[in-house]
Amino acid sequence: MLKKLASGPYLFWIAMFIIVPILMILFFSMVTVESDGSYTFTVSNYVRAFDPIYVTVLLRSLKIAVQATLICLVLGYPMAMILAKMDPRYRTTAVMLFVVPMWMNFLLRTYAWMTILGKNGVLNGILSFFGLPQMTFLYSEGAVLLGMVYNFLPFMVLPIYTVLMKMDKSLIEAAEDLGGNKKTVFTKVVLPLSLPGILSGVSMVFMPAVSTFVISNLLYGGQYMLVGNLIEQQFLVVNDWHFGSAVAMILMLLILVSMAVMNKLGGSGVEEKGVNLW
Amino acid sequence: MSDKIVKGLNITKEYNGVPVVKNIDFWVKKNQFLTILGPSGCGKTTTLRMIAGFETPTTGQLFFEGKDITNTPPYMRQINTVFQKYALFPHMNIYENIAFGLRINKLNEKEIASKVSKMLELVNLSGFEKRSIHSLSGGQQQRIAIARALVNEPKVLLLDEPLGALDLKLRKEMQIELKNMQRELGITFVYVTHDQEEALTMSDKIIIMNHGEIQQIGSPTDIYNEPENAFVADFIGESNILEGIMIRDYLVQFAERDFTCVDKGFGDNTPIEVVIRPEDIKLVAPEEGLLKGIVKSVVFKGVHYEMLVKEADRTWMIHSTTMEQEGTHVGLMLTPDDIHIMSKEG
Repeated sequence: MLKKLASGPYLFWIAMFIIVPILMILFFSMVTVESDGSYTFTVSNYVRAFDPIYVTVLLRSLKIAVQATLICLVLGYPMAMILAKMDPRYRTTAVMLFVVPMWMNFLLRTYAWMTILGKNGVLNGILSFFGLPQMTFLYSEGAVLLGMVYNFLPFMVLPIYTVLMKMDKSLIEAAEDLGGNKKTVFTKVVLPLSLPGILSGVSMVFMPAVSTFVISNLLYGGQYMLVGNLIEQQFLVVNDWHFGSAVAMILMLLILVSMAVMNKLGGSGVEEKGVNLW
Repeated sequence: MSDKIVKGLNITKEYNGVPVVKNIDFWVKKNQFLTILGPSGCGKTTTLRMIAGFETPTTGQLFFEGKDITNTPPYMRQINTVFQKYALFPHMNIYENIAFGLRINKLNEKEIASKVSKMLELVNLSGFEKRSIHSLSGGQQQRIAIARALVNEPKVLLLDEPLGALDLKLRKEMQIELKNMQRELGITFVYVTHDQEEALTMSDKIIIMNHGEIQQIGSPTDIYNEPENAFVADFIGESNILEGIMIRDYLVQFAERDFTCVDKGFGDNTPIEVVIRPEDIKLVAPEEGLLKGIVKSVVFKGVHYEMLVKEADRTWMIHSTTMEQEGTHVGLMLTPDDIHIMSKEG
């Protein structure tokens, strides 16, 4: 009884700030406003979202998010391994150094990249110092990818690091003892056991990467580059909340499906030992 | 070639300058059941880990069948280990766990299947192939860990307190099973434990360690009956340890009395220590005893009573199946066989 009572505020919170807004967006996405102010039910918003222009934007978002996630994984896994193997005396400091940039405002960090990559930025400054021609770094897909990797890399490193730290060292010794060289030990034991961390990291990078609009706004410019920008523009510039809501719902569904696929992948035998941050 | 399959020479292991194992020499004979026994922190597990290859000695050399393996990585040693907490792979079923080493050695699937099922039969877990390791009890996991190590037909099997987590009854059963396995398979076992009873039950030879040093090496009977110093006497079973003087061969003085004994070779008038096992002292009527005392306390221990007897300024521990009431005047009877002489430490 007391338990039920204590959970009241949380249930209220969830209802008010999570369920109601989602239902509102769902509602907006399925109606249009008539000239007399009344709502009519329609699927036209969804149909419009499958216009080739918008499908291209969606696919581009997915492509860049997948690329960013893969780059984060390739960079992040060895980093997590190095951190986990570090002398405990220095490890805390090293992990701190990793986390400290995250304390700074996300916008500021991305602005910093603008001044590095910009036309008169640091990189071009270095190039011209050596007498090389100026190059355009900013306002390209590469700049957006860089911004994503830079901002989201800690979200890949930390869950993998946590799993590696928690891994029973005697399992690695057992694998060595049974004749496994370094490569075998990694592929047969360390990698499969760190799968829950990889999956957490992949979700934590992929989700913000596929829905971001700040990074692409700053590093690519104000066009319909990613699906996040598209939604933002519909709400803030074009003022078409209905179409914006429909695109938001599609994106949500997409993330939901990819999460389900991930869970399925991770669900094979490791769930009991799994460290899932989600 | 000698029959010493593993040999350690002047082995020292330090961690950050702190020695954990101090200049020890030891060897293990083929088909022997050797136990390294000692309290926690005595360096026994470190010694085992050096044999396995997980640790490299700071100084000294380690030989396997006459070849120097001091710097050989674990995966190149024909030695397998049973870990204290089993260390079974949680992402594999039982079949895959046992097959791990065989797959690395690239055996074909048919051979693997037959070897795995033979091993499961040996550890009495036939039919468990497809089970997950999470569905097993501690005792069953331990058997799988043993099977996983033995299936590779190692020349030496290392066991690091493998029965530590099991309850008493299961532990006793496993002790007998392990001993039988070792005899049947003819594999050398090196077993680490802090349980002196376990060591006495299973071993052909025992190495007793304390503070990183070997205290005594010998057969269980030798170690029990002729402990070389007070630490060994105290660690192996309970005992009464007294200061004494060896008057001459076969004559020792302690508790203000001379006793005939069976030891010799300590030199005349040499200070020594005397060990007398609590079960060797017989309680008799006061006038028949060599020493007289009063029973101070009686505790029932299951098979025997443990009595503390106050004699002069000393307290004797006595084990007997018959009980004397507290406050009773008793006599203590000793025969020469019961008196064990040790040279003084230091």
